[in-house]
Amino acid sequence: MAGAFWCIVEDDRQGRPKKVMAEILGEAARLGGGPVEAVWLTDKASEAGLTQLGELGATRVWLLENAAYAPYRSEVWSAAVAELAARESPRAILGPVTSRQREFLARLAARLGVGLAADCVALAMDGDTLVATRPVYAGKLLARVAWARGPWVATLRPNVFRPADAQGGRTAAVERPSLAAPTAQMTLVERREEASTGLPELAEAEIVVSGGRGMKGPENYVILEDMARVIGAAVGASRAAVDAGWRPHRHQIGQTGRTISPKLYMGFGVSGAIQHLAGMRTSKVIVAVNKDPEAPIFKIADYGIVADLFEVVPQLTTELKKLMEK
Amino acid sequence: MKILVAIKQVPDTATQVKVGGDGKSIDTAGITWIVSPYDEYAVEEALRIKEKRGQGEVVAISLGPDRVREALRSCLAMGCDRAIHLNDAAWSAVDTLATARALAAVVTQEAPQLVLCGRQAIDDDMGAVTAQLAELLGWPCAYWIMEEAVDADGKTVRAARQVEGGLEVFDLPLPAVLAAQKGLNEPRYPTLKGIMGAKKKEIKDVKAADLGLGAEPAQLAVLGLEALPPRPPGRIIEGDVPSAVKELVRALREDAKAI
Ligand SMILES: Cc1cc2nc3c(=O)[nH]c(=O)nc-3n(C[C@H](O)[C@H](O)[C@H](O)COP(=O)(O)OP(=O)(O)OC[C@H]3O[C@@H](n4cnc5c(N)ncnc54)[C@H](O)[C@@H]3O)c2cc1C
Ligand SMILES: Nc1ncnc2c1ncn2[C@@H]1O[C@H](COP(=O)(O)O)[C@@H](O)[C@H]1O
Repeated sequence: MAGAFWCIVEDDRQGRPKKVMAEILGEAARLGGGPVEAVWLTDKASEAGLTQLGELGATRVWLLENAAYAPYRSEVWSAAVAELAARESPRAILGPVTSRQREFLARLAARLGVGLAADCVALAMDGDTLVATRPVYAGKLLARVAWARGPWVATLRPNVFRPADAQGGRTAAVERPSLAAPTAQMTLVERREEASTGLPELAEAEIVVSGGRGMKGPENYVILEDMARVIGAAVGASRAAVDAGWRPHRHQIGQTGRTISPKLYMGFGVSGAIQHLAGMRTSKVIVAVNKDPEAPIFKIADYGIVADLFEVVPQLTTELKKLMEK
Repeated sequence: MKILVAIKQVPDTATQVKVGGDGKSIDTAGITWIVSPYDEYAVEEALRIKEKRGQGEVVAISLGPDRVREALRSCLAMGCDRAIHLNDAAWSAVDTLATARALAAVVTQEAPQLVLCGRQAIDDDMGAVTAQLAELLGWPCAYWIMEEAVDADGKTVRAARQVEGGLEVFDLPLPAVLAAQKGLNEPRYPTLKGIMGAKKKEIKDVKAADLGLGAEPAQLAVLGLEALPPRPPGRIIEGDVPSAVKELVRALREDAKAI
């Protein structure tokens, strides 16, 4: 019997899986290489969260509930999941690209002595093996990769894979395996929350509005935030804007920032340098507003407007508001 | 305090890369090579730790072919004390795990208190070697760090890592591994004196056999490389701003179904 496809749960630290889990569970089911199961390391799961995982298609949830699993520490998580994997022999271990899963799944792969494919944008079964496609060289090329042996460990880029539809009534069997007591080396000193803007996370957002040097100064980003609020978008920035101190580092999109793949990217006063494109070229629809018709971003934009962004943005916000109110 | 910095040499970010004749690797003709940008943050941070403590040694280490000497030389010019070059045909098709194994063998020999790496190498964009190295050594690891401070006794490091929604600050007992994120510092440029001085510093060539390692098959193999499929041609929406904006919103809703 083929082993299961494990999906490592990314949660909101309040006991609920994040939205991106629908994509991971959906892709695991679509591959059809084995039963779809969730592995959830948390200090406290919620009933609603377990129900949600079942409705999204997990047939079983391995619930690893222990105070030591939060905050996340790679040495603790990888020891626990490696122990469970030795017992259950999963066929694949998948998780979304988030800061912690990128680290955790790499560390787990080393512990299991198997390969890791990070930031995949496509997966396919080729007979009896899994083949992954992932961008390399700043997204200029795509590499197809395969594992020498299993379990196949991979992280999947958010917003790329088709999410599973939640089906009421589908439930997952919840297993609480007993594992060796966790031993942590790192201790948490503090967590500094960033001020909540009420806008979505950059890496997960379905729509991203981004401002470059053309924004002219930090005070002007409010016009992008106003637009973002209307359409539920995250606000990003180019490196020029970040290095000028207008926006925090975590908002930077590009080769030395975040890689995003939203349904819609709208760039304002962004020239489209190759290092910026590296972080957003897999967006489904790209809009560019720039007053220079020669700006390279127009080469990859689906829609472009050659105009002053300070004229376009307020009008666009008004039009979008009208649309949303319909 | 001894600090090891693992650096990778990668194509310059603005370089055009083309698929090579084997269909699995890039054509290296005409490529300008640089130290991976995140690794420069790691080098800079290591130098700052040493300067702050007033003593210590910073060793740059890299695995790769002959050309990598140049990248190590530029780390020496920035101020690293010496360099180790893992240069062996046995490592010509390494994956992240095999790279981490080789680095771990050197770390075990050198016994530093701290290893600094970059968040990810911008050629393979894996972001994996750091965590894998920590696992092989059994050391704690902090990813995507934005700040760090080694305590006066050199027993622990306090590191702030970037996570979704904020920063998490941890104490890690040394020895430990840290992965540098952009924002940690501003890397220095080598001075002329640094560049001259680098010529006299040691770059030690190390073979797999020196580390008791053989050629191991990669756990993750590249089957093929291809150029990104081109995007369908776009459309510049002409006209005055009010009508262009209206048309854009219509097209996004009705044609692209993006909002
Ligand atoms: C190693 C390395 C890594 C890098 N990593 C990144 C990265 O991760 N992300 C990134 O973004 N960059 C990165 N860069 C920098 C990159 O090369 C560019 O310098 C940067 O992206 C430029 O930002 P920009 O488009 O905002 O600014 P500019 O290139 O200066 O463009 C500003 C644009 O705004 C337009 N404009 C000005 N005023 C208006 C107006 N009123 N209305 C409309 N349009 C207007 C101008 O026509 C221009 O096209 C990296 C560079 C290096 C060397
Ligand atoms: N060949 C190499 N030699 C030395 N260090 C490396 C090498 N490959 C990766 N690293 C280190 O590991 C980090 C992550 O690399 P990667 O997992 O390839 O994205 C890099 O930023 C380097 O610090």
